[in-house]
Amino acid sequence: MADYRELWKSLDMDLEKHDKLCEVLPEFYEDVYLSQKNRPEGMNYYNFVISEVHGLRIKELDDHKQNGGKVLGTFCVFVPDEIIFSADAIGVGLCGGSDFWVPDGEKVLPRNICPLIKASVGAKISGTCPYFQSADMLVGETTCDGKKKAWEILNDYTPIHVMDLPQMKRENDKKHWKDEIKLFMDKVEELTGNKITEERLNNAIKLINRKRRVLQRLYNTRKADKLPISGKDALLITQIAFYDDLERFIQKTEELCDELERRIEKGVGVFPENTPRILVTGTPMAIPNWKIHHLIETSGGSVVCEETCTGTRYFENTVKENNKTLDEQIDALTDRYLNINCACFTPNEGRIDDIIRLYKEYNADGVIYNTLSFCHTYSVEYKKVKEALDKEGIPVMMIESDYSLQDSGQIKTRLEAFFEMLKERKSAYAK
Amino acid sequence: MYTIGIDTGSVATKGVLFNGNIIKKVIIPTGWSPKNASKQVYTLLLEDNNVDKNKVKKVVGTGYGRVSMVFADKTVTEITCHAKGAYFINNNIRTILDIGGQDSKVISLDEYGNVREFFMNDKCAAGTGRFLQVMANLLEGDVNDLDKLAEGTAPKQISSMCTVFAESEIVSLLANGASKESIAAGIIQSIANRAVTLLSKTSIKGDIAFTGGVAKSNILKKYIESKIKKNIYTPNDTQIIGALGAAVIGWNMIDK
Repeated sequence: MADYRELWKSLDMDLEKHDKLCEVLPEFYEDVYLSQKNRPEGMNYYNFVISEVHGLRIKELDDHKQNGGKVLGTFCVFVPDEIIFSADAIGVGLCGGSDFWVPDGEKVLPRNICPLIKASVGAKISGTCPYFQSADMLVGETTCDGKKKAWEILNDYTPIHVMDLPQMKRENDKKHWKDEIKLFMDKVEELTGNKITEERLNNAIKLINRKRRVLQRLYNTRKADKLPISGKDALLITQIAFYDDLERFIQKTEELCDELERRIEKGVGVFPENTPRILVTGTPMAIPNWKIHHLIETSGGSVVCEETCTGTRYFENTVKENNKTLDEQIDALTDRYLNINCACFTPNEGRIDDIIRLYKEYNADGVIYNTLSFCHTYSVEYKKVKEALDKEGIPVMMIESDYSLQDSGQIKTRLEAFFEMLKERKSAYAK
Repeated sequence: MYTIGIDTGSVATKGVLFNGNIIKKVIIPTGWSPKNASKQVYTLLLEDNNVDKNKVKKVVGTGYGRVSMVFADKTVTEITCHAKGAYFINNNIRTILDIGGQDSKVISLDEYGNVREFFMNDKCAAGTGRFLQVMANLLEGDVNDLDKLAEGTAPKQISSMCTVFAESEIVSLLANGASKESIAAGIIQSIANRAVTLLSKTSIKGDIAFTGGVAKSNILKKYIESKIKKNIYTPNDTQIIGALGAAVIGWNMIDK
């Protein structure tokens, strides 16, 4: 890695603390990722992106800023990237997936809220996340009470615009969300000094749709009998999609998909035969949170799909293209984004339909319902989901956990027992 | 032809020598080295019965120490093993409540003895053998004597489930003059409450088996029975069910 210390210093980072973070990441990545067998060649690009996660990409953002561009930091799949990119700004998904930041978060937040919020706030106030440091503005949303109140704290460090996401999906909620998108447009125009025109927005819609399509193409390869790619690798790619350069990401992921499709033709898989296929559903996994995937795939299972914000919720459904007016474009954005089935909505039956559909599409054997500690919406919603899955005869197990590794032994035992159960079921059906 | 099942738990290591029936069982403290304890159980089972190790066709390991059992042919989780072991002893069992040294679990079985679903308390040692042990120490008694102490006494309400908080709660109860006996009964009752909550997560069909070291407490069994209004079956030896299940799994693996 090139020397980025001057750049980091210019971003007002805590270099000493940041060094500590840089020390642990490579070893962690090696244990979790590089130790995997028979990885696709195309994963080298993402290895490179991770090795430069606080380097090259930050330099690119800095260059963009030197040329008068703006950088917006976001936290959630409800924030329409199309608006950001149509004003020639860059949107990056922000850090919040490491235990490293939790103690700093706890300096200003209560202990009993979710680790994602604690880590995000900790990343900012400790000055160890160069993405936070590069952001000219943060964009929050009202998807949960913890985040809603955390924005007030973050606002002391970086200006934040909060989008008020409705929590129901009635006609007037749609109108409200459309208004929120318009307000966001005004804000982005004011920040960047760039007018969002029909043509620009149309181009941005097409660009982001291309990213969604390539991710869908990637996920389609995971429907194959012999998995050409591990769940961990697929998760990593989705996580990287949140902050990488769009054109380059799309190109590299298309290349990887070419390779994966060739693997499928040749019948090359990364797991032994009869490895239980798991659909993971639940809360987002911000980089570098690979805990549940790693535990699943080192306990005799494989992840075939994620019904999460760092999975299908991020890229399923495209925005309608070639609208005639700006107003029609905003309608198309409203429709696409309000169609995401997050547990912050009541009721949220669409999510149950999604889980059952994905279970079948990806030919899964069981579902792991993963929720971060203290995430009320997802942990309460488990009951409804389990009832529906029981009715369908779909095995499901709930795992509630934070970023620390103290419970990994117990989780591994539960996962192994779950996989033993799935295998027994399968062989019973075969008879 | 024999198989051996070894269940290395946090407190005790259990072993069963099996030839379609239980030939011999062994229980020793795990101590600081789960690896040595499992090896020792293996050796004891062979030596005490004069069995040539070539006649042992499969060794199956389970329990948290299974990862260190390098000599095992296969390792299986304690959940699957408890299901197989309890079903072997009584094939009417459809629900298992297992309370061990460090965890407690409820396993639901189908009519063939396969695991249908299971629930574990995986957060801490609340309501487990470890909890009982700490509380018994506080009363300056042995954990095996808690039953005797509690016999025939109305339980004092202990509301904390956490081992640390329950300890301080008991200290205040003692300071306020509560009797040792009523506290002992209260401790057992608090474990019963926790077990009933765990049981309520699954729909109870068929017979219930209570296994694990903590199942040795008769009073605990009675408390749980009165709360769920159903009789509970306890095997003669509650501690060896996991090891037995492991031996049964090994037995099913060999061509006979």
